[in-house]
Amino acid sequence: MSEFKSGSLTATNIHLAFGSNKVLRGIDLHVPQGTTASVIGPSGSGKSTLLRVMNRLIEPDQGDILLDERSVLKDNPDELRRRIGMVFQQFNLFPHKTVVDNVSLALRKIRKMPKDQAHAKAMEQLELVGLAHKADARPGNLSGGQQQRVAIARALAMEPEVMFFDEATSALDPELVKGVLALMTDLSKGGMTMVVVTHEMGFSRNVSDTVTFMDGGVVVETGSPDELFTAPKTDRLKGFLSDVL
Amino acid sequence: MEVLEQLLKTFFDWQAMGEVIPEMLTVGLPNTLILAISSGFLGCIFGLVLAVMGISRNPVPRWIARVYTDIFRGLPAILTILLIGLGFGPVWRIMTGSTNPYPLGIAALTLMAAAYIGEIFRSGIQSVDKGQLEASRALGFSYTSSMILVVIPQGIRRVLPALVNQLIGLIKDSSLIFLLGLLASQREIFQIGQDQAANTGNLSPLVAAGLLYLILTIPLTHLVNFMDKRMREGKAQKIEPDEAAAPIGKGAQA
Repeated sequence: MSEFKSGSLTATNIHLAFGSNKVLRGIDLHVPQGTTASVIGPSGSGKSTLLRVMNRLIEPDQGDILLDERSVLKDNPDELRRRIGMVFQQFNLFPHKTVVDNVSLALRKIRKMPKDQAHAKAMEQLELVGLAHKADARPGNLSGGQQQRVAIARALAMEPEVMFFDEATSALDPELVKGVLALMTDLSKGGMTMVVVTHEMGFSRNVSDTVTFMDGGVVVETGSPDELFTAPKTDRLKGFLSDVL
Repeated sequence: MEVLEQLLKTFFDWQAMGEVIPEMLTVGLPNTLILAISSGFLGCIFGLVLAVMGISRNPVPRWIARVYTDIFRGLPAILTILLIGLGFGPVWRIMTGSTNPYPLGIAALTLMAAAYIGEIFRSGIQSVDKGQLEASRALGFSYTSSMILVVIPQGIRRVLPALVNQLIGLIKDSSLIFLLGLLASQREIFQIGQDQAANTGNLSPLVAAGLLYLILTIPLTHLVNFMDKRMREGKAQKIEPDEAAAPIGKGAQA
């Protein structure tokens, strides 16, 4: 049923400190293959840092990360990151390259695909996010929503086993949010394994398979959307939900 | 009235200017351009190396780049040219048998230019948003590939105006090579004006040299202003509304 060759992702007992500031204090997260886990929590709770630790943009002080049930901490981190796509709050498209070159760059330089083949594959991905007609534009000439969809296409082009979304809609104007969330919903339904750090409670509740609530560098509650949103157990989650809903 | 005539004759003796201009254009101008362009080109390459060393995570190259930059940016150009040109002249003659002062002159200009250009490149590279490196690394590029493909090209683009300024500086500083002693065919714009001024006892040839420098540098300063403005304001562009976006509603009620 899955359109993607997705894999499972597990983080166990992740600890990370910047100096004396303990950002992550023993995080466990398990994302079965083809499911979507959303991570919610107040800003500064360590959600975005957790994503960066799980693809080793930041190395954890302690703990393990497993992709398809195999530890990846001893692998070359560049190779690990080729298996995990990441979408950022600020899109981070490469402004000096055209839209299609943004998508094909890694295919050409990392996958060593011939130019025309990489271009064709990039066009396919742009088609998927509805932006093939913008292939030759520069990112700066696109709206925020379009840029974010290109960023998703860029990550998908590498055929990742897992996709990370780091507050992918937080920098968008309200009217542009829906298009990006619809695309993320399609990916989720298509069987991509996804970890979504988000402030969009509607998405978290309706699309994700599990919800994890983080605060102060620890997982406070985790479970199905129903469990967390309709019957929160802890005062911290109750307080958070009453603040954001 | 007599004073005014005297001054006009000293600075604007058209005949004296006319006599020197052909040689200035056929000998001086090419030599000035050879000096400025080759040291500008080499300075850019060397400067880029310094910039990359300067932002290295390893303190040793960072420290070397720092010391180098402090020294060559802090010394007067005239002193560097004399020390390099005269100091290494004999060694250069023994090694190559050549008495041409150009290689050492270009080397001295390059060493100075590299110190400035290195700082220009470094500030440009460091001004690139950190998210660019992060996005590139997240795709699976190594640090080196990310710098080469994503960060450095953006950094360089931003500092092109400052680089043109540097080229203007080199066109002017190239005149200092006269200190190394030039054959007639090696003279650049300034030296030709200077020689003629000495021969005729009139400053008009130097004024002619000055005009020729301005013909080279003023268009470049305007190019800098144009590039600067273009970068600040961007090309006129139209941002289209996101056709896939819903007209209303925040949040997904998916």
